[in-house]
This record gives sequence, C-alpha cells and structure tokens, in this order.
Amino acid sequence: MSSRPIATTRSASGIPTGRLAIWWVLASEIVIFGGLIASYIMHRLGHPEWANATAVTKTWIGATNTFVLLSSSFTAVLAHQAAEQGNGPRAARFLRMTILGALTFLTIKSFEWGHELSEGYTVTTNGFWSFYYTACGLHALHVIAGAVIMAFIARDAAKNRELQRVELIGIYWHFVDVVWIFLFPLLYIAK
Amino acid sequence: MTAEPAHAHAHPHADHGPQGILKYLWSTDHKVIAMQYLFTGMFMALVGGLMAYVFRMQEAFPGRPVPGFGVVSPGQYNALITNHGSIMIFWVAMPVLIAAFGNFLIPLMIGADDMVFPRINRLSYQVFLLSVIVILASQFVPGGGFGGAWTAYPPLSANGNYNLTPIGASMWVIAVALEFVAFLLGGINFITTLMNARAPGMKAYDIPMACWMIVIASILFMLSVGPLIAGAGMLLFDQLVGTGFFNPAKGGDPILWQHLFWFFGHPEVYVVLLPAVGFVIDIVAVFARKKLFGYKTMLYSVVGIGILSFFVWAHHQFIAGIDPRMADIFTITTLLISIPVAELVLVIIATLYGGSIQFTTPMLWALAFIFEFMIGGVTGIYLGASGADSYLHDTYFVLAHFHYTFFPIAIIANFAAFTFWFPKMFGKMMDERLGKIHFWGTVIPFNCIFIPLFILGLNGDQRRVYSHMNFPELQWMQPARIFATMSLVVLLLFQLVFLYNVVKSLRSGPKAGKNPWRSNTLEWTTESPPPHGNWPPDQMPTVYRGPYEYAHPGRDEDYWPQNLPA
Amino acid sequence: MSETHHPNYPKIYLTLVILLAISVAGPLVGIRWVTLIAAFGIAVVKADLVVQNFMHLKTERRIAKYVLGAALALMALFWFGIAPDVMEHHGDNWVNDAAIAATARGIAPPGEHEARPAAPGGADSTGAAATPSSGPGK
Repeated sequence: MSSRPIATTRSASGIPTGRLAIWWVLASEIVIFGGLIASYIMHRLGHPEWANATAVTKTWIGATNTFVLLSSSFTAVLAHQAAEQGNGPRAARFLRMTILGALTFLTIKSFEWGHELSEGYTVTTNGFWSFYYTACGLHALHVIAGAVIMAFIARDAAKNRELQRVELIGIYWHFVDVVWIFLFPLLYIAK
Repeated sequence: MTAEPAHAHAHPHADHGPQGILKYLWSTDHKVIAMQYLFTGMFMALVGGLMAYVFRMQEAFPGRPVPGFGVVSPGQYNALITNHGSIMIFWVAMPVLIAAFGNFLIPLMIGADDMVFPRINRLSYQVFLLSVIVILASQFVPGGGFGGAWTAYPPLSANGNYNLTPIGASMWVIAVALEFVAFLLGGINFITTLMNARAPGMKAYDIPMACWMIVIASILFMLSVGPLIAGAGMLLFDQLVGTGFFNPAKGGDPILWQHLFWFFGHPEVYVVLLPAVGFVIDIVAVFARKKLFGYKTMLYSVVGIGILSFFVWAHHQFIAGIDPRMADIFTITTLLISIPVAELVLVIIATLYGGSIQFTTPMLWALAFIFEFMIGGVTGIYLGASGADSYLHDTYFVLAHFHYTFFPIAIIANFAAFTFWFPKMFGKMMDERLGKIHFWGTVIPFNCIFIPLFILGLNGDQRRVYSHMNFPELQWMQPARIFATMSLVVLLLFQLVFLYNVVKSLRSGPKAGKNPWRSNTLEWTTESPPPHGNWPPDQMPTVYRGPYEYAHPGRDEDYWPQNLPA
Repeated sequence: MSETHHPNYPKIYLTLVILLAISVAGPLVGIRWVTLIAAFGIAVVKADLVVQNFMHLKTERRIAKYVLGAALALMALFWFGIAPDVMEHHGDNWVNDAAIAATARGIAPPGEHEARPAAPGGADSTGAAATPSSGPGK
C-alpha cells in the first residue's frame, strides 16, 4: 500500500483535494441523471396518454422512501459533524445508520417493484415504465454503490482513520438524496 | 478537519512501488500508467489502421480478396468502418492524447510527485483495458463486430434484425460505456491535480498550455458525456430487453438518440483537439525559441471554444429531420466557433514569426499539424452552413473534412508529442534522419489519400457504401479511389520506419540527458526517465516564472527554466 | 463572525419533512397547477436546503458553485436544444406521424411496428422527414 503522494497534500484552489474531486463527480452525475430525466420529461410532456401508466405508482410508497432518504441524509450530516469533532466511532455509528436507511430504501423499493411487476408492469410495458425502471434503477445503483463505499469508510472511521472521508461520502450521499427529491414528484406526484 | 494520517512520507526513499512484473499490474505511478495507455493506444492504432487498409482495398478493388484478409462481405465492410471509427476516436485519440500524455506530463509539468489519486488512476486504466478487451472480443463473436456506424443510430443499432450484428452491437455499447467510465475517473484526477497540486509559485498563468488543454478537455468530456451515458443505457435496454426508448411505435424517438449522441459527440471533437493543440503550442515555443505570443488570448480562446462547443451539436443532424428553426441557430453557432479556433492558429503563427526556428522532427510534426488542420477547419465551414450541408452530408466530403481534422489530432500531434517527449520518457534520443523520413512518408501520403476524397464527395460518392462500382454514374471515379487506397498502403508501410526508429533508439540511441531540447518547463529539470516520485522529496521544484520565457532580453541563455530563482 | 459554522441540522431536517408532507398533500387539493407547483417547487426548495446546508455549499468556495452551476446550465441548454424535436410532434414543415399515432392509440402495446396512417391535423404533411428515422449522420 503506497504512501500518499505529496501532491495530495497541496491545495492551490483552497478546497481540499478530496472534496474538490467530489464536486466534480457530482457535476458529472448531474449531467448523467439530468440527461436521463430531461429525456423522460420530454417524452412525458409529449405523450399525455402516459397518464394512465403514471396513475399506477403509489404516492405513499414514494413518500415513505423520500422520508427514509431524507432521514439518512440527516444521519449522514450528523456523522460529518462527529468526524469534524474528531469522534471517529460516533461518526461511524451515524454512517451505519445511514447505511441502514439505504437498506430500508432498497427494501421498500423491492417490495414496490415486486408488486408492480406481478401486476404486469415491466420495463417493456410502455415508455413510462421503461423510464420509470431505468431512472429508479440507475438511482438505486447509486444508492448501493454509496452504501458499499460508506461501509468501508465507516470501518476506517471507527478506528479514527481517514475521518476526512466521512464528509466526502456524505456529500455524495446528499446528492443521491437530491436526485430522489426530484424523481419523487416526477414519477409519483405529477401524474 | 482532522489531522492528516500519520503515514505521510516518513521514509521518502523506502517506497519505490512494486517491482518486476507486478509493477505493470499494480503500479500506481503515473508514468507507468501513462506507458500502459500509450502502448495500448498505439496497438489499437495499428488495429484501426489495418481495418482501414482492408475496407479501402475493398473499395478500390470491389469483391476481390484483400491480401491478408480475404474477400470482404458487405456485412464485414460495415463492421470494419464502424470499428475503425470507434477505435480511432475512443481507443487511440483519447487514450494517447489525454490519458497517456496527460498522465505522464501533468504531474511533471506542475512539479508534483504523482497524480492526487494514484489508485483511482490505476483503476481507470484497468477499466480502460477491460473496454479494449470487450471491443476486440466483439470482432470475433457470431455475427461479427458491430456494423451500425460509430454513430450507432437506432433503429439500426437497436434492432438486431436490422444491423445483423446483435451480439457485437451490445458489446460495442458496453465497451464504449466502459471507456467513458475510465475517462471520467481519469478526468477527475487530471482536473483536481491541476487545480490543487501545483508547485509553490506556480500561478494559473504559469501553467504550460499542454496541461491547461488536457484539463479543459477533461472538463468538456465530463460535462458532455453524461446524457450519452444515459442514452447508452437506454440503447442497451432497447437492444437486449425490448424497451422502446428510441422506437416511435413504443412511444420513443430515434431523434433523441441522435441528440444525446451529438450533444456529447461535438464537444468530444474538441476534447481531442485541445490536447493536440496544447502539445503543438509547447513544441512550437521550444523550437521557435520564442515566447508564446498571447498566452491569455490563447487560454481565453480555448475557454470560448469549450463553451461554444456545447452549442453546435445539431450541425451533425441538419438533414435528419430536426426543426429548421434549430438548424438556423446551429448554423450560426457553428460558423461562430471557427473564430476562436482561427485565433489559436493565428497565435501560433505569431509565435513562429521572428523566431529562431529549428526544424527538428517534433517541430516538423507540429508545423504539419497547423497546416493540415487548417484545411480541415476551412472545409468545415462549408459543412456548417445548413444549405451546403444538405448536399454534402453523408458524402466523402464530410469524411475528408473530418480526417483532415482527426488525422492531425490523433496521428500528427501524437507523433509530435511522442518524438518530443521520447527523450524524457525513455532517456534516449530518437534518430532524427529516420524521424524525418517517417514524417514525410506519413504526411505526403496522407494528403494523397484525402484530397481525392474531397473531390469524390463533391461528385457524389456517398459514405458507408460497400462498393461505388455498383453505381454506374460513379464508376468513372474509380481511379481516384484506387489512388487513395494505394496512398494508404504507402502510409502504413512508412509506419514501419517509425517502429524501427523506436526500437533502435530504445536499444542504442544516444543518452538524452535531462534537457536535450533546452526547454523551460519543469519536466526537463529531472532525470530522463524520471524516478519514482519524480524528484527527491526535499527537492520538489518551486516556480518563479511562466513556461515560455525564451529569448528573454538581458539573459545570455535563450531559455529560462521555470524553477530557477530570479 | 461569531455564528456557529454549522447550520442547525435538526431544524433543517424538520423543515424538509414538513415540506415533504405538503408536497404529498398537494394533489389532494385537486387543482393541477397547485399540484405541480407544490410538487416541483417544493422539490427545488428541498434540494436547495440539502445542497446549501447538508453539503455545506453555502460556505464552500465559489469555484464549487460555478462547477455545479455549469452542469445545471448545460442541462438547461440540453433541454432547449432537444425538446423542440422530441417533445413536440410537429413543427416548421415537419410532422411526427408515428408519435401522434401512438398518442392517439393510448398506451401502445409492445412489439408493434407497422406503419400507421398519418393523423389528421398538422396541415403540412408535405414537409421533410415525417418520422425521424433518417440515415446515419456525420
């Protein structure tokens, strides 16, 4: 395992390198999700007949999931606060709560999808469902990836190591939350 | 913020990185990763070049067996042109210009000991290598490599019954997606490294153009590729699962793919152009022994190009059925973008003017770049006007235009950079005579290939056609096609001179020393090749001036390295 | 400045939850515009709260804001450049017959690909490229 290069410790921009990188990651994710979501909106506005399909999604499940993600964002920022104070184990505990939130989100989603699939609404049923599964699927992949990385960071944080990473995974996690904040009205409320 | 962890540089010389064969698998050293990208890219250039050889032979002698390949079927022809284009852009131009030279040069030119995220750097190469394996493997699956053109328009690309290469089609999408991921990872490294890890004293305007260009290109890439990644996922679903994202009967729209593709595709050409121009600028300054004429002009022009490049994409779709009001707008923006590009060329010429020019091999390549790229740029003006484009779209005129831009970018500029930085990378000098033979043997045949193609296009040759001899009204131009093909064969043969030069120089070339070209930038202040860590940790350079202080009045030497105290 | 460097996280969280409740209650009012404004307007507010306070963009250096802003601006460009072609089904001398037919049919059953008769309305069917399924581009 190589030591960190001198380069990593420099900060000509004023933002620590890790955090700077996360902002760039977010920028590229904005255009990925943005492209997908904009494409969806164009189609949805051009196909009013999709209203029949969108009526099927259940608002209360989406709202519950939104609540779960919001809460997990809350625990993530509390983890950051703990890390800032140098309290690694406490930060790790909050991170693990966040992971729990992620798992809850994914569980609720699988029940939701299982139900919708059993009713015959698959990814090929029509345009709305194609976008629905693709957008939520892409988001869910980001949730999974985030949770996995968070687990590694929590493990280090519990030993008071690499605490600066708690903030970084937190920023990523908030982004995942923000994407869902937009997916929720798009797919569940604005029918 | 908590304190930095304790394992920072207690033993500067203890960590040399992995050794032996493991070095190539596990090294995080930016120079090793650069070499990996460089040689992979060069290998893929051979693959792409040989594909061109095969399909050009088919065009010149339709139906006859091509030596070394056999008879080319129409399906194989489609696969060859598709993969030639894809490989040259995604697996040659980008890896060599950006990943190889970017990885090698950026830390050295800014006085850092490595990229800021060495392990992500290694990961990016591994993902890239995976994409190489996928695209190469796709050539051998049942049905063969994808045959739907590098632009992959649905429904041709989405429906296996149309493109006849269903497995190849999905593998192509996956390979391209993996390549995108690799460059996203790499791009983050380049951008954050340049923004943060500069040597003390290196202000923004002291950064060499090569570094700026690679980083601006990475920014363009990162911001433009997102919608296409979404689109690639959608295309993959259409291909494999039966969704109808691009199928109007299922509520989708094929024009959406075109927009997604070109929203990325146009900035992409500037993604590859900018590093090429950056290398040319640095080389011109060194061998004109003259300060760059207008550093800030150049920088702001490039930023202008970057921003404008997002506003021109639909000029690729003028006859696709887009709304004509959009076509008006895109014509204007396309013609506008030629202004800052012309500005770049003018600044380079102004730098040359009055300089003390040394015609070394790298300089020859750099000058050729300017000359050839201008032809490409000027012919683009015709294509940017939607009226003229209605006739010229999908003809060989377009093909000649973009080869006059891409070939300078991917081949000429790469040879310029390679011959220039070879001494630093390998510690030996290349043979100048062989270099010049290779140079002329590449540039002259290149023009012999593509000038006829302009004329062929104006006279009606359509692109992506298996044999123009099937069209009675076009048969009279067959001699021109044969001439172009023979020129390609000559060009490919001259690359053997280059390969021989590389091998000979590596084995027995004269030792290079630290700074054989007497250049100002920081990479020339360390050993050739640089050691792990680039400089001893207690001798990291500090910067006192910009990178282009050549022929400074009041100095005996005609160059003034950045790291010398005033 | 003597104010605490952090926003009040619990307060922000509570605000977010209340906003969520309002956005869910929006559709119950029944007026479409109220629903949409409640849903998306609140989404923007919530996102802003999360971004400024949880991600600390409020106190971050400007360059980060510019980077994110550029990405968002690009999405606006993306929308305005493409929606006229994809969202609209007719324009200056063109008509998208297939999409109009699909809309008229309601939800299209999967797998059908036969041509449909052009829908009435849209006087210019003489225009170019009715169905945008053209050949390869540059």
